[in-house]
Amino acid sequence: MSARAATLRDAVGLGLAVGLYGVAFGAAADAAGLDVWQALALSALMFTGASQFALVGVLGAGGSGAAAVGSALLLGTRNTLYGVRLAPLLAPRGPLRRAAAAHWVIDETTAMAVAAPDRELGRLAFRATGATIYLGWNATTVLGALGASGLGGTAQAALDAVVPAAFLALLWPRLRRPHPEAALQRRVAAGGAVVALLLTPVVPPGVQVVAAVVAVALAGRPRPAGAAG
Amino acid sequence: MSGGALWTVVLVAAAGCYALKLAGLSVPAAWVEAPWVTRVVEFVPAALLAALVAVQAATAGPALVVDGRLAGLAVAALALALRAPFVVVLLMAGATGALAHVLAP
Repeated sequence: MSARAATLRDAVGLGLAVGLYGVAFGAAADAAGLDVWQALALSALMFTGASQFALVGVLGAGGSGAAAVGSALLLGTRNTLYGVRLAPLLAPRGPLRRAAAAHWVIDETTAMAVAAPDRELGRLAFRATGATIYLGWNATTVLGALGASGLGGTAQAALDAVVPAAFLALLWPRLRRPHPEAALQRRVAAGGAVVALLLTPVVPPGVQVVAAVVAVALAGRPRPAGAAG
Repeated sequence: MSGGALWTVVLVAAAGCYALKLAGLSVPAAWVEAPWVTRVVEFVPAALLAALVAVQAATAGPALVVDGRLAGLAVAALALALRAPFVVVLLMAGATGALAHVLAP
């Protein structure tokens, strides 16, 4: 198989796998009180899964719009760093091409593009992965949102249990090898969960999620040499 | 939250996330590649996702609660540890939540 064909095969495979998360996102959006159009608008316009899950997660917990937007933006900062890595590889000519390329700067397209053996294949991987994930993610978002609406009590209880499980599945690969620093990621995750639960009774819903991230970031702030801990 | 307010949240957050993506392709690398910034961004997802797992599984408004969601989460963790595919993890968590609802509504 040629390198181009292998790149396309991997991109399509990844797009199909990510599509499953789209179903979960559509269902989570419905559980949080968003209608099908709002769920689809998030997938089409925001198009960065973790931020979308965070937004509906905070809204579903009864959080304010500001806390929901804040959580989505906190997770969206990742994509800025990805863009910095992709800029020399993609080298988009002109503001229009750059604006178009930016929309597809996400975890999966970055991983595929930087893993490609050369620059031309990297660009192909970026475009192919972006296109398949964009189509699959939006289509399955609609399926999930429609499928979840109009559920009865027991099905609703099932959906309520699916949402935290989906977040855990997103988190899990960061906590296990071969992820670098899996042990430190586990400590950060435990810290985030504990801070969020401790704050839940005393702050407005949703704020504890943002506060947990800020607390963890402060705990990891740079210290003067010799005071590292 | 009203439909209009929800739409505002959806569109503002989408515009902000897009601006973050565009910024990465547009600004000089040195602006955002300070070691401390890179470090924090590496760990934000773990803290945020774990906080969301905890809040989604074990709280209702300002209260900490134990119900079928927590049982579903435990089953999901077990399935993930056994390397089950994503869809299997979600189905098992959902089935657990439904079972808990039937047994202890």
